[in-house]
Amino acid sequence: MGFFSKIKSFLNKKEEENPSEKIEKQRKLDEGLEKTKSSFFEKLSKKVVGKSKIDDADLDDIEEILITSDIGVDTSLKIIESLEKRVEKEKYINSEELNSILKREIEQLLVNSSDIDSDVKQESDSPYVIMVVGVNGVGKTTTIGKLAYKFKKSGFKVVLGAADTFRAAAIDQLSIWAERVGVEIVKQTMGSDPASVAYDTLQSAISKNADVVIIDTAGRLHNKVNLMNELSKVKNVMSKLTSNAPHEVLLVLDASTGQNAIEQAKQFSSVTDVNSLALTKLDGTAKGGVVIGISDQLKIPVRYIGVGEAMEDLQIFNKEEFVDTLFNNKK
Amino acid sequence: MFENLSEKLEKAFKVLKGQGSISEINVAQTMKEIRKALISADVDFKTAKEFTAKVKEKAIGEKVLTTLKPGELLTKIMKDELAELMGSSSAEINLLSKPSVILVAGLQGSGKTTFCGKLAYFLKNNKNKNPLLVACDVYRPAAIDQISVLGEQISVDVYKEIENQNPVDISTNAIGYAKKNKHDVVIVDTAGRLAIDEPMMTEITNVKSAISPNEILFVVDSMTGQDAVNTAKTFNERLDFDGVVLTKLDGDTRGGAALTIRSVVDKPIKFIGTSEKMEGLDVFHPDRMASRILGMGDVISLVERAQQQFDEQEARKIQKKIAKNTFGFDDFLKQIQQIKKMGNIKDLAGMIPGVGKAIKDVDIDNDSFKGIESIIYSMTPYERSNPHVLNGSRKKRIAAGSGTNVQEINQLIKQFSQMGKMMKMMQGGGASRMMQMMKGNNMPKF
Repeated sequence: MGFFSKIKSFLNKKEEENPSEKIEKQRKLDEGLEKTKSSFFEKLSKKVVGKSKIDDADLDDIEEILITSDIGVDTSLKIIESLEKRVEKEKYINSEELNSILKREIEQLLVNSSDIDSDVKQESDSPYVIMVVGVNGVGKTTTIGKLAYKFKKSGFKVVLGAADTFRAAAIDQLSIWAERVGVEIVKQTMGSDPASVAYDTLQSAISKNADVVIIDTAGRLHNKVNLMNELSKVKNVMSKLTSNAPHEVLLVLDASTGQNAIEQAKQFSSVTDVNSLALTKLDGTAKGGVVIGISDQLKIPVRYIGVGEAMEDLQIFNKEEFVDTLFNNKK
Repeated sequence: MFENLSEKLEKAFKVLKGQGSISEINVAQTMKEIRKALISADVDFKTAKEFTAKVKEKAIGEKVLTTLKPGELLTKIMKDELAELMGSSSAEINLLSKPSVILVAGLQGSGKTTFCGKLAYFLKNNKNKNPLLVACDVYRPAAIDQISVLGEQISVDVYKEIENQNPVDISTNAIGYAKKNKHDVVIVDTAGRLAIDEPMMTEITNVKSAISPNEILFVVDSMTGQDAVNTAKTFNERLDFDGVVLTKLDGDTRGGAALTIRSVVDKPIKFIGTSEKMEGLDVFHPDRMASRILGMGDVISLVERAQQQFDEQEARKIQKKIAKNTFGFDDFLKQIQQIKKMGNIKDLAGMIPGVGKAIKDVDIDNDSFKGIESIIYSMTPYERSNPHVLNGSRKKRIAAGSGTNVQEINQLIKQFSQMGKMMKMMQGGGASRMMQMMKGNNMPKF
């Protein structure tokens, strides 16, 4: 079929549109109008007030909102199922109750994180080592700069290790951060062995009695087995100096990433035992809902969120706040 | 690239298998699965809904030809629709002006700077251009260093003003510089910015009006989730960009963003990024990508890439040698180097129909040739051109020299002779015989 005949048939079809299509169109229009004036919970309350049961249409709406927050099909279904069960059990439910149930259901899926400062203090004999990993462009180096600032402000002595020896100017980027924050950095030249940089960094940190060591690594796609193996080598070499280093393997995730983040978390965990997450770029319109499924499936807590480009723009993750803002439209 | 989605769809189609015609009932479950698969692939919620509705409408009532199973018919409909959704043909970039100005924009970490390097490399090598890279990311630490290093790597000029914090001035000056220095393409790299960052969005619209680019490209990470739609929409409203660049497609993302963006902003996807290397840039072909999504492979891309990288003269020489039976290890080595030039082996293999899924969890890296190379390098020139002289003591010496053992050398010799046989068959037009041989699992394993 040629291009013009395609257009023609498309136009013809429009003319003979049947009633069900018209209803669909109206529904879409309504939906569109509704979106502009209401946030998620307002919309939800309107739907369920005075009902003892959430009907299919409501559930579809909830599903849509969960999915457009990148929560994913499986986790969304899980949330909806438990919500449905609650509603079935309790004969009457008002909108406020439903709101808090939904929030609590989601919060329950998020694993709690311990207090980072006390974790650092607990490691009194040797530095607390954080190794930062993730795919390309998620904001690892920026997160490290912000972390260094945070630790320095808490009174810790910080040493950074520039083990991203691959990407053009990655070492310069981290050096600028080190200078800006006022912490030490250990680096070699571009193309040198990242494991050796990590080893040198930890060795120098031990001799200088530093409290925190943060190792930057090159971004890598998690399906590249050789690059992933290199990462476990970087990790293992540090345990030769301090048996339980790195204490924290921090996986950085970009809030705008979709369902692929789950695969990222799985693959990085399998080679480096990721035990904490940072969610970056949350100052945009992306919701980062995918971390809910990750935290639930892999039992890894979200520890930090990135909300801007300045060095103060790193916050400790708060799940109540996160879930609240998850459903608020940012405009 | 899109293996995961193909897998899911394959599963969905299984439900239809063995049924004689497409009806409302047998298609409903499949459509639900397809919608779920598309959403899990990060296709925008609404796009996925509209898409499945469209496919369903086309599928129902369609007479199933005797030669086609309903699943196959549905695959065909899906493929046509997917290709249509992603745009109907590949789009070139506008290089008519002198100099042609290309403005590159996108979110933080989407891969703008790497793309700029790749584009410059592509234009220099494939289009005979003399590009100029312009460093306009004045915010991120070391961003200017990054593009400078890339420029050096690919021997392309980089225009930068270290002290200047104003991208509008820098880009305007860069065009003057390009005119003076006979650069015919100017690629302006900009800082990453969020669509809702008003001052930054104003800045880039100011850059746009100052330099009136011939082409504005919006760079998107292929792993982007549901937010792709919002971001693409806003950037399009502000910049009215001409095309989209989809990066990091060498990951295992299902790449739903590719399906959505085109339909939402009605702009073509012009390039895709497929590795961290400077040659890892491909022109986007919607039809091929649709085939790929449905697990039909992408043979055309493979052939094109092979043609581009393969040295024809070298190939002819080798052909002669095969004909004369003088194909030796040196030639084998050259062939390996030819293959390596073509790019990531796994990418190449993934383009062959049916292979993509099989090698999903296998890592084939260019390093896999290292062992072979070191063995060949440990041979004397005489041994390389006369493989039959390799006896026990020679093998031992080679093993010691290459850090391998005699078994490995025996294996290589075996593979080598099989390869020789296979190439002879190809020459004799015996492709079908070769296929049989491959099916018999006699493929050399590297």
